[in-house]
Parts: sequence; structure tokens; C-alpha cells
Amino acid sequence: MSWNRNHLLDIQSLTAEEIVTVLDTARAFKAVGERAIKKVPALRGKTVVNLFVEPSTRTRISFELAAQRLTADVINFSAEASSLKKGETLKDTARNLEALNADIIVMRHSASGAPHFLARFLRASVVNAGDGAHEHPTQALLDTFTVREKKGKIAGLNVTILGDILYSRVARSNIWALTKLGARVTLCGPATLVPKVFEQMGCRVTYNVEEAIEGADIINLLRIQHERQRKTMFPSIGEYTSLFGLTKARLARTKPEALIMHPGPINRGVEIDSEIADSARSVILDQVTNGLAVRMAVLFLINGGKGPQEVAA
Amino acid sequence: MPRATVILNAAAIERALTRIAHEIAERNENSAEVALVGIHRGGVFLARRLAGVLSGIWSQTVPVGSMDIGMHRDDLDRQPAPTLQPTVIPFDVTGKTVILVDDVLFSGRTTRAALDAIMDLGRPKRIQLAVLIDRGHRELPIKADFVGKNVPTAAEERICVRFREEGGSDEVTLERNGGA
Repeated sequence: MSWNRNHLLDIQSLTAEEIVTVLDTARAFKAVGERAIKKVPALRGKTVVNLFVEPSTRTRISFELAAQRLTADVINFSAEASSLKKGETLKDTARNLEALNADIIVMRHSASGAPHFLARFLRASVVNAGDGAHEHPTQALLDTFTVREKKGKIAGLNVTILGDILYSRVARSNIWALTKLGARVTLCGPATLVPKVFEQMGCRVTYNVEEAIEGADIINLLRIQHERQRKTMFPSIGEYTSLFGLTKARLARTKPEALIMHPGPINRGVEIDSEIADSARSVILDQVTNGLAVRMAVLFLINGGKGPQEVAA
Repeated sequence: MPRATVILNAAAIERALTRIAHEIAERNENSAEVALVGIHRGGVFLARRLAGVLSGIWSQTVPVGSMDIGMHRDDLDRQPAPTLQPTVIPFDVTGKTVILVDDVLFSGRTTRAALDAIMDLGRPKRIQLAVLIDRGHRELPIKADFVGKNVPTAAEERICVRFREEGGSDEVTLERNGGA
């Protein structure tokens, strides 16, 4: 057992042992979700604030449900309807939330490092729910949880991440988690979105999709994030699909036991053929279920991690 | 100066479990209703062994589950989060006589958490408590129905229970922390 952190800010600073602790804890919480009463009193009396400065539906709902299943009180705070629109700084917003005795602040922000900034001055625990193109730690944890659950291990597996890597916090967090746990990671996509510099993170980079998915145990597809791209990074969606989309013809050349993952939302017919998304090879909906368990585990561990300091004080 | 005293050796643990199993059988005439739930970690080993003895007495298999009460503890915000094992209860607890099994009964807080955790799974007909060691110092109004051995202890002493399932041999020792 190793967890003594007040915050979950990124995967980069976690040890392999800490990642495994989250995955093991999530296994216990997944079982809770399968019961008639899907709720435990672990965070009774605690207040969790979802501070989503960048819009999100699925991650926010997942965190909200995770907190509720731990019996925490949850406040949802979105940028559109908040004082951030009136010119309040992020720091002041966070301080106000803390003044309401928030115990855990789950934050999504379009600026990389925003949760790290909050964590420096808040007493409350901070969980990064995605910061710019930097990291999305709970997504990587739920992805590795799903891989381990389906394949029984992570070390030694070939994982291919296909799509928009450059602007993807999901890709960065996954690369950190997978390499720390001993998987071999291959990145593939348009050259403009998969710079060679990623080889420095210990990945193989290729621009040939057939080569990338041949021999893969896991193929993780990423959505093209038009909202994050400053300019057009490839000629057309049609060309992207024909060069990098996961079609039935391409899937036929992969290992029969290779699994298809996608963090959602999926664009059917763009990065993934619609039939593949619904096939037995796809674990996309398992990822959603596991995301809830992983987020419960993170909230549980973060809260507990506050202990020693409090006792010492 | 020895700091650990052996309270139960392997043979004594075996005898205690056999006696507890017979007491359970005596107390519960309807054997079909009885199910055991071991509390992690030691309680799980004990529950499996008790189920083995009870199956022999009743000539039918007795369902066994394992429970981690970490999510129901009352001290979660006072210490680092505990390691959680999945709770596996492969039967419906509703209508059952659930026998909670733990290795050591001390403050009673673990039992309180286990009672809440069981209630989240259904509505048992009744719940009974079996422990290998009752060391006193209760902080809650909880009492065991079946006890392997009552051991008077000082609050700062520690009861250590080792199981052959974890490697090594069965043994219960009383250890004095920081003494002598």
C-alpha cells in the first residue's frame, strides 16, 4: 500500500506502485457499483466541488456520481454560469470555494498547470480532471484499469495510441502510466499531430497506420480535437479517415484479441468505423463504467491522504 | 527479555475453531440459512476453515464470503486511506443468518463497520459474530456470540495472529510494544 498524497495532479509524478494502488482500490469500488445499494459512507460529510472552467459532460458526470456514491455532497461549478465570467480570478474563485469548506476540488481547465497552481495555496485536495493539453490523470488510470482487467496485466503489452497526440492530455497521461507499468507504446497519426519528440517519452512513433496496429494488444483511438487546434493540421476529415481511421479492412489485419479503446466522445465514421465501435472487440463502454470506479478510488485515497498532517497538527 | 508470548499454537487454534463450529451448529438449527462472512484479512481465512468444519457437521456446503470494511470505517479522515480488497459475497444475504468472522475483537469499531456494510447488501434475518480472540477494551456496545479465547490485555499490547495461508504456521501471540 502506498498512497500519501493530498492531490492528484498528474501521472508523471506518480510511481508505478502508486498507480497500482489506485487500480487495486478501484477494483473494490467497481464491486460497489454492481450492488443494489451502490453507495458507501466513505466521504460522509465531505464536500466535493466540481470546478469545470472548461466545458465537460462525461468527466463531470463521472466525478459527480463518484462523489455521490461515496456519500459526499457535490457542488457543480461551471465557467459559463460563474463569476469567472465577471472577471474574478481563478485564485479568488478557488479561495471562495474553500471558504465554503470544500474538502476536494475537482478541476478542469484549458490552461496546463492550472490544478498545480491551485494546489500550491489551497488546503483542500485538488484533483486534475484535465488541464489543457497537459494531463488527464483519471482518464489514464481508467484506461490502464480497463487494460489490466481485460488482459490481466500491463507489462509487456503493445499499446498503440492513434490520432491527435500533440493536443491530447489523454495521450500524455496514458503514455506516462503505460510506460511506468512496463507496456510498449506506439504513437501514430498525421505527422503534424505526432511530433517525433514523443520518442523522448519512450514511445515508438510511426506514420504508417498498418505498421502501428499490427501486433498491438490494445488500440486506443483519440478524437481529433478541433477545439484545441490553432490551425488546420491536416487537409480534410475524409483524408484523415482514409489514412488513419480504424476501418474493418485495417482491423482484419490486427491480432484477433486486440481490444479497441476510445476515451469518447467517438466520432463514428471518422476515427472509428461505426460497426467496430459496437463490436465485441470494443471496450469503450467498459471504460465508462471503470471510470466511475477509478474516480471513486481517487476521491477515497485523496481524502485519506490528508490524515497524517491533520493528526500531527 | 521475551516480548512476545504465545497465546494459541496451531493445535489450539484448530481446537478452538472446531468448538466454535459446533457451537454455531448447535445455535443454528436451520443449517440452510447459515452463511459465513470473513472480515479481511484474518477473518477470511478463519471463515473458510469454519465453513469447512461446518460442511462436515451438516453434510452440506456452507456459503462463504469475504468483506473489506475499509469504506465503512469511522476514522477515514484521521489516517492514510486503507488498502481495499474487493468484497465478495457470492450469495444473497437477505433472509440468511450471517455469521461475521474476525480474528480479533478489540474496540468493536470494525464490527460496527461490518454490520453497516452487510446491511448495504440486503436484510439478513440475523447476524452473529464469531472471533478467534476477544481482547476486551470495547468502545461500542458489541459482544461476540462465539469466542475462541478471551485474552485480558493492556491497551498498549498487541495481539498478532498468523495464518498458515500466508506462509508460516498458525499462531497467536501477545506482544508488548516498546516495553523492556
